[in-house]
Amino acid sequence: MEAIFWWVIFPYITLAIMIFGSIYRFAHRQLTWVAPSTEFFEKKWLKIGSPLFHYGLLFAFIGHVMGMVIPKGFYHWIGVSDHMYHILAIYGGGLAGLMIVAGAVILLIRKMTIDRVRVHATFADFFSVISLIIVAGLGVYVTLVYNTTVVAYEYRDTIGPWFRSLFVFQPQYELMRAVPFVFQLHVISAFALFASIPFTRLVHLYSAPVHYLNRPYQQYRSRSAYKRKGI
Amino acid sequence: MRVKAQVAMVMHLDKCIGCHTCSVTCKTTWTNRPGTEYMWFNNVETRPGVGYPQEWENQDYYKGGWELKNGKLRLRAGGPITKLMNIFYNPNMGSMDDYYEPWTYDYDHLINSPKSEHLPVARPKSMITGNYMDKPEWGSNWDDDLAGGSEVVSRDPNVKGLQDHIAMEYEKTFMMYLPRICEHCLNPSCVASCPSGALYKRDEDGIVLVDQEECRGWRFCMNGCPYNKVYYNWNTHKAEKCNFCYPRTEAGLPTICSETCVGRIRYIGVVLYDADRVKAAASVEDPQDLYEAQLNCFLDPFDDEVIKAAKEAGINEEWIKGAQESPIYKMAMKWKIALPLHPEYRTLPMVWYVPPLSPIMNHITNEEELNTDGYIPAVDQMRIPISYLASLLSAGDTSVIRKVLLKLTAMRVHMRSVNVGGIDEIGKSKLLEEAGTDVETIEEMARLLGVAKYDERFVIPTGRREMDDDLHYRQGACSLEDLAPPEGLVTFSSERGK
Ligand code: HEM
Ligand code: SF4
Ligand code: SF4
Repeated sequence: MEAIFWWVIFPYITLAIMIFGSIYRFAHRQLTWVAPSTEFFEKKWLKIGSPLFHYGLLFAFIGHVMGMVIPKGFYHWIGVSDHMYHILAIYGGGLAGLMIVAGAVILLIRKMTIDRVRVHATFADFFSVISLIIVAGLGVYVTLVYNTTVVAYEYRDTIGPWFRSLFVFQPQYELMRAVPFVFQLHVISAFALFASIPFTRLVHLYSAPVHYLNRPYQQYRSRSAYKRKGI
Repeated sequence: MRVKAQVAMVMHLDKCIGCHTCSVTCKTTWTNRPGTEYMWFNNVETRPGVGYPQEWENQDYYKGGWELKNGKLRLRAGGPITKLMNIFYNPNMGSMDDYYEPWTYDYDHLINSPKSEHLPVARPKSMITGNYMDKPEWGSNWDDDLAGGSEVVSRDPNVKGLQDHIAMEYEKTFMMYLPRICEHCLNPSCVASCPSGALYKRDEDGIVLVDQEECRGWRFCMNGCPYNKVYYNWNTHKAEKCNFCYPRTEAGLPTICSETCVGRIRYIGVVLYDADRVKAAASVEDPQDLYEAQLNCFLDPFDDEVIKAAKEAGINEEWIKGAQESPIYKMAMKWKIALPLHPEYRTLPMVWYVPPLSPIMNHITNEEELNTDGYIPAVDQMRIPISYLASLLSAGDTSVIRKVLLKLTAMRVHMRSVNVGGIDEIGKSKLLEEAGTDVETIEEMARLLGVAKYDERFVIPTGRREMDDDLHYRQGACSLEDLAPPEGLVTFSSERGK
């Protein structure tokens, strides 16, 4: 029963909050849909913290696609042995995780100590950064500490298939029963973070402006047609 | 030919008295909310000086505007790929320290202070942190009237590039005012810099706006604009900028800065231009050719072909008439006495400046005995060095400035002879020829620059609402969104718009 709650009900509820919350906010709260830049107030620490954090996230995202989305069989098929995979995961994943944690800690300290930034930071801003540190910190712990000191845990046999099973609506929650506790905690905290996205400025992650790459520089818009669009 | 209409402004710098009324009325209209305290859509800076934000002309720092690389026009701060890589930290954007930390005073203390031996004072208090500030150290016009002294003047990027020595001794020094708003450029680099596509140029009147719903706060427009005229609202985390008071201009009224300008230095009108020529004009090799290239984009509103093409492009009679009577067309395109600010940024700016003349005549002491030709060399020995004005208004080409100053001088001399006499007639002198103008033009110029009334200074056709695609559809609709059904009062569904 407990397993059903944590590995079926909880993920679906958090994902539903994330998806419908985000859609609602996008539709009705456009004016609040932004990247929470504080660069105008402080540049020196942001210069280190923000790229470190975001590039770390980018690498970690790729890593999660490699570990959770792509099945183990695929690696065997292309000739990547389990050992090779784990070396890559530990070094690559560990580095990405450390980048995130270091970046986020810099951002958090900056948020707490620089008056101009602190005064205008909301509860949600602090919440996002702190929960990111927790999620990423657990990630770094399982990658760098657990994997090397306890056992190189093969999450591609348990967490990976379970994660994929969520998206075909046949959650194989039994797979998660035997997963070590820290891994479970990392997963649960991550889903909790997903649920918080619509209520924080993390919504900016949906808006990565990649369409900039193939858009003409100049944009004319007619007043009448434009207004019409808004209707 | 792709005809478009553009509202534009001319500022006649001779008449600016540096009173900042324009800035204040603009501020009370647009930027008096939290997050906008430090913004001045209109600001007036004393030149030589560093301006607002400090040293905004230093493009090695802000990397604003366009540059020509291997014959191709590109954003100085880098194209889309560079931008996306820099999105987490924009290395070229100014911070609050480049502008200033806005503050208020603790006025309450004056009233609530307990009885004490000394008079209570209102201490300055930051509007950002709420902390007391021991001493404010910079503001939007801190160096007003050269009050920064030689220390600040030497940081003026135009002074740095100047050959002539700028005299700072009290008797020899000079200053002028430079009121600035967004230029509503023909080739706006702010629009090009925006990853979200939130900035756009309006088809109908060329006003450059930020869509507040689409802006995601990626903040590349801030320094992408070489004039630093897009501002970051730290409260909404979105960009804001001068909107040419479009709710006023659409109703045929001048912008609030122009309406309230004490010196009456501002003129507003419409010009027609060919959008197909813009890119080529911005891409000419030599920066000193940019001024001429920009002038080539404008169309003669009296030309039958142009009128025909304009009508086909949906520009109505009223706007064509506006373009014909436009004071901007006269000053910038016909008489060529108004110049674009820093054309070398390649954005083709649309606020034009008539360079100041008054201080240059200072050394002429005995005008009674001067003949008209005597004014010609005087133009070259002005108090404001021509090269300084050229650095501002013609990418360093002094001959352009000299020509304009000769025209203004000819006007001054001729009007003096008409009104005061005592000078030989201008027709006989070489001044007219050197200036490339004639008496009739001069008199027209004198009228527009000197005595023109409200209706002559501001020729603003009202918003082209009748060109809305489907007026029937809008019948009965309320112009105030959300108050009435936006689709209007429709009786039969067959009458509904597309
Ligand atoms: C999709 C691509 C993303 C882009 C383009 C992006 C961009 C940005 C930008 C421009 C800022 C403001 C930095 C500043 O202060 O100037 C920012 C802040 C932030 N971003 Fe992202 N971001 C992305 C993805 C993400 C993701 C996936 C997360 C986390 C799940 C995230 C978390 C944050 C946080 C927590 C901050 C606030 C940092 C602070 O405390 O100052 N971002 N992001
Ligand atoms: S002056 Fe105005 S239109 Fe031109 S680039 Fe700057 S903000 Fe854009
Ligand atoms: S109101 Fe007019 S005269 Fe006064 S500073 Fe502004 S532009 Fe100059």
